[in-house]
Amino acid sequence: MIRVALVAACLTIGLSAVVAQTNPIVERQNTMKSIGAATRDGAAIAKGEAPFDAAKVQAIFKTYSDSAKKMATLFPDGSQTGDKTTAAPKIWEDQAGFKASLAKFDSEASAASAAATDLASFRTGFGNVTKNCGTCHETYRVKR
Amino acid sequence: MRRLLITLVVFILLGLGGFVVLTDPRVVSPAPEIGTLPAPDIENGKVLFTIGGCASCHATPGQDDRLKLGGGLALASPFGTFHAPNISPHTRDGIGNWGVQDFVDAMATGTSPRGQHYYPAFPYTSYRLMPPKALADLFAYIRTLQPVEGRAPDHQLAFPFNIRRLVGGWKLLYFDGSPFRPDPSKSEEWNRGAYLVQGPGHCAECHSSRNRFGAIIQATRFAGGPDPEGKGTVPNITQHEEDGIGKWSKAEIAELLKTGFTPSFDNVGGSMAAVIRNTSQLSDADRLAMAEFLKSLPAVPSPPKPKAAQATN
Ligand code: HEC
Ligand code: HEC
Ligand code: HEC
Repeated sequence: MIRVALVAACLTIGLSAVVAQTNPIVERQNTMKSIGAATRDGAAIAKGEAPFDAAKVQAIFKTYSDSAKKMATLFPDGSQTGDKTTAAPKIWEDQAGFKASLAKFDSEASAASAAATDLASFRTGFGNVTKNCGTCHETYRVKR
Repeated sequence: MRRLLITLVVFILLGLGGFVVLTDPRVVSPAPEIGTLPAPDIENGKVLFTIGGCASCHATPGQDDRLKLGGGLALASPFGTFHAPNISPHTRDGIGNWGVQDFVDAMATGTSPRGQHYYPAFPYTSYRLMPPKALADLFAYIRTLQPVEGRAPDHQLAFPFNIRRLVGGWKLLYFDGSPFRPDPSKSEEWNRGAYLVQGPGHCAECHSSRNRFGAIIQATRFAGGPDPEGKGTVPNITQHEEDGIGKWSKAEIAELLKTGFTPSFDNVGGSMAAVIRNTSQLSDADRLAMAEFLKSLPAVPSPPKPKAAQATN
């Protein structure tokens, strides 16, 4: 009996931990924040304020690709409003279009990652990939 | 009783007469003097076209060429839906038959060549700050673009907003038709920025809240408000530390206008994305000038967000 209670308790704690982590709005905002942080690093390198570092550059593009894949699952029905979300209703009206924008961001980040061998090629790729930020935010985001 | 009735009728007629006189486009809008202008500077016209965001409203929707000004874009508003007209140099469907004077009148006084008032959905309320010389440059640039066939659909406005004449009354109350006057006590850079932000840039047209009649509330100019098209809100860009961009440096504001990135490496979206597409094409000097002017705006807290602001007016 005690064992059962313990297991149940563990399960509940485990479950609530999972629930706390999977508030999709908070999670997608954190995902986007990590994209923002990676972009800050990338911009510093592109502007010559930080040295070109191949490992760091790969990490930046990997953050983009991983986040894009993760983002695709973070807009379930019911998460349209709340928690100061800035997601636009358009995401749910045009799910295919939104997923296509994420996929484009993902694939361009991978391509840029493979191509970035020095500062010049990084600059080109980074400039190209970060065009996706404004394009997606233009359609799929709204300030409230 | 009869005396009373006659008096009433006389008053109504007087009132109507006053309305007709006061809202007459010719009375409201004295035409500016041109004809003595030097040859137009097409390059300057292109800069004004870019910062003016003309393509954001007038480019034919659903295709990529920003210089095809066939019009047709639907602009939602609390008064109904406007459709940006064709302003390509097409002689039948666009403004190919217009003279410089027609264009200057339209942009600076909001009056059409046929003597009708334009709705302020066309932001001539800001564009009027451009002096006739600048407008002539802009007109010369537009005339170099490709003529596009086809007319935009008519506006779909609710009564009484569908009566153009009423705009005359609106102009009397809210329209200041004077061009930009530089402030000699300020630097040349500040004056350039003030001109670009308030005139062609028409930043306040989105970054301000409006009264029931769709006029900008001057006390909270630049302090943000509901999106004029009814989607979300537009942020406060005064120097208020919490509500506005008081903590942004001049260089950070110029960076936003170049790349769309905020100091926290967010990237602006919504209708601001189109503005960035335009400001990104300006010179660094012009972007810094705009930032210099924005840094001089007094700190104004954001007005409280009206709930369902769109539904009530
Ligand atoms: C395919 C669409 C898409 C792309 C591409 C995209 N974003 Fe976003 N971004 C969003 C959406 C949607 C939100 C709003 C999330 C919410 O509030 O629910 C957002 C929110 C953000 C936020 C705010 C997070 C917060 O604090 O709430 C930042 C910062 C951000 N994005 C940065 C970026 C940057 C930088 C890039 C480019 C490198 C980028 N985004 C690319 C869709 C996108
Ligand atoms: C916010 C959207 C918007 C922007 C930006 C805008 N316009 Fe317009 N414009 C309109 C609308 C709407 C009308 C129609 C007004 C009316 O019918 O009363 C219009 C009308 C006009 C007309 C009159 C056309 C006619 O057939 O009578 C001209 C000329 C014009 N705009 C030029 C410009 C130029 C040049 C710019 C850039 C400096 C510009 N507009 C920017 C919305 C816009
Ligand atoms: C068509 C409407 C429109 C016009 C015109 C416009 N803006 Fe904006 N602006 C917006 C919207 C909407 C946002 C919020 C975008 C977002 O965060 O996704 C914004 C955001 C901003 C921000 C970022 C504020 C913040 O706190 O994040 C600044 C700065 C700004 N605009 C400056 C300008 C300047 C300068 C001009 C004139 C050149 C201008 N805007 C013209 C709609 C407009």
